[in-house]
Amino acid sequence: MQVKENFTPTIVAFCCNWCSYAGADLSGNNRLEYPANVKIIRIPCSCRLNPMFILRAFQRGADGVILCGCHPGDCHYTTGNYYARRRMTLLFSMLDYLGIEKERTRVEWVSAAEGAKFAQTMNEFVEAVTALGENKRLEDLRCKQ
Amino acid sequence: MQAVIKKKAKELLECGTVDRVLGWKAGEFFYDLTPAVFTTPEEIDKDFVFSVFSGANMSKYLIEETKKEGKVAAFIKPCDSYSLVQLQKEHRIKRENCYIVGIACDGMCDMGLVREAGIKGATAVSEKDDKLVLETIYGEKEMPKEKALLERCVHCKSKKVVDFDEMIGENGEENPDCGRFDEVERLEAMTPDERFAFWRSQLSRCIRCNACRNVCPACSCEKCVFDNPDSGIAQKAAASDFEENNFHIIRAYHVAGRCTDCGECSRVCPQNIPLHLLNRKFIKDMNELYGFYQAGADFETKPPIMNYTTNDAEPSVVYQRGGSK
Ligand code: SF4
Ligand code: SF4
Repeated sequence: MQVKENFTPTIVAFCCNWCSYAGADLSGNNRLEYPANVKIIRIPCSCRLNPMFILRAFQRGADGVILCGCHPGDCHYTTGNYYARRRMTLLFSMLDYLGIEKERTRVEWVSAAEGAKFAQTMNEFVEAVTALGENKRLEDLRCKQ
Repeated sequence: MQAVIKKKAKELLECGTVDRVLGWKAGEFFYDLTPAVFTTPEEIDKDFVFSVFSGANMSKYLIEETKKEGKVAAFIKPCDSYSLVQLQKEHRIKRENCYIVGIACDGMCDMGLVREAGIKGATAVSEKDDKLVLETIYGEKEMPKEKALLERCVHCKSKKVVDFDEMIGENGEENPDCGRFDEVERLEAMTPDERFAFWRSQLSRCIRCNACRNVCPACSCEKCVFDNPDSGIAQKAAASDFEENNFHIIRAYHVAGRCTDCGECSRVCPQNIPLHLLNRKFIKDMNELYGFYQAGADFETKPPIMNYTTNDAEPSVVYQRGGSK
């Protein structure tokens, strides 16, 4: 795929309130840098992420969507992220089956203490999505500016 | 077969076992058999039809029928019986209000394939040995039945009726080697670009008639997302590629783990979109990642999507699977 010059992808990061959102906070407090085009949306738990939210994000112009939650076993609600893990695996596999680049979606477990991991994850993900270029296969032209 | 089934239906009504019978009757044409409720033996004599076009899965209709007073009898083919059990598992069917007659099945047919075989102007159908005999306005025509089978019958996963009160004919066995995942595997082996092109060519034909949802026994939510005007994909022809993809991903996902692979969605689609290939992808993935599971095969096993283990595969397994980039 052709990479546009100066292309900066729009990334939506769904972060669980208890771990990853706090992790993002920590990375900010520590003045670690990650690209400003990562838009964080706070959700109560990684399993709150309805697969449709991901599709909606792509529709509205996201080029990559990442879900961050507590490490398996550390869920604030005990088991939420185990369910999220199965759901996301199946969804990503289905997207891939439809021919949508699988590198546009990702799940990472980031705890409240892992500010550095959060920043590093975001940097890596933005890099991967920049290499892929614009989201063309799940976009909605009506939503493009 | 039709004679035996009609006799049974009348018997059940006459001896008072049931108050109503759920069966098939001819629609506009002899091949578009539609589900219908019969209340008297006379109605059964007049309208009840069972033929190679009785593909309609009766289990979904039992949701509404068993809410009513009295008992209803239903004729259930092996594939329908999986949906029947699955719906009971979801507490949608009141089993005490129905009487299930299992019927042995050797495959249902697709009128489209009959036409493709060059038989035009058909007015009636019957079976002779392993052949279909079609009366047409140009005289009698024959074709091998196996050439006209529905896709789901070609790859029939089981000839076993899993829940019944009585059987007509011999109950069969499961058939794990039915090859129903072959086509999914073929798609998985393609490159993402080829897959994208394939699915665009299929899904862009969708006219959003919602027939696939309406016929699906798993799609029996009281309130469906697709009826929610705020969902952005409600009840209307897709306005963009995105909406087409979205509808199909969500539809398939909503039935994941509950879809018994009865094949009704693909049978009813007026655009011949192979919807079963989406459902089977989920089934195949769940089998491979979380252990074999057949929805509706029993009353106990938890569906994989409502379950977990602490050492499940991470979503990143997807990066290693499914064709090369
Ligand atoms: S039955 Fe076919 S055309 Fe109708 S909504 Fe479903 S996929 Fe689209
Ligand atoms: S599409 Fe989803 S919400 Fe609609 S009936 Fe089917 S399962 Fe329920």
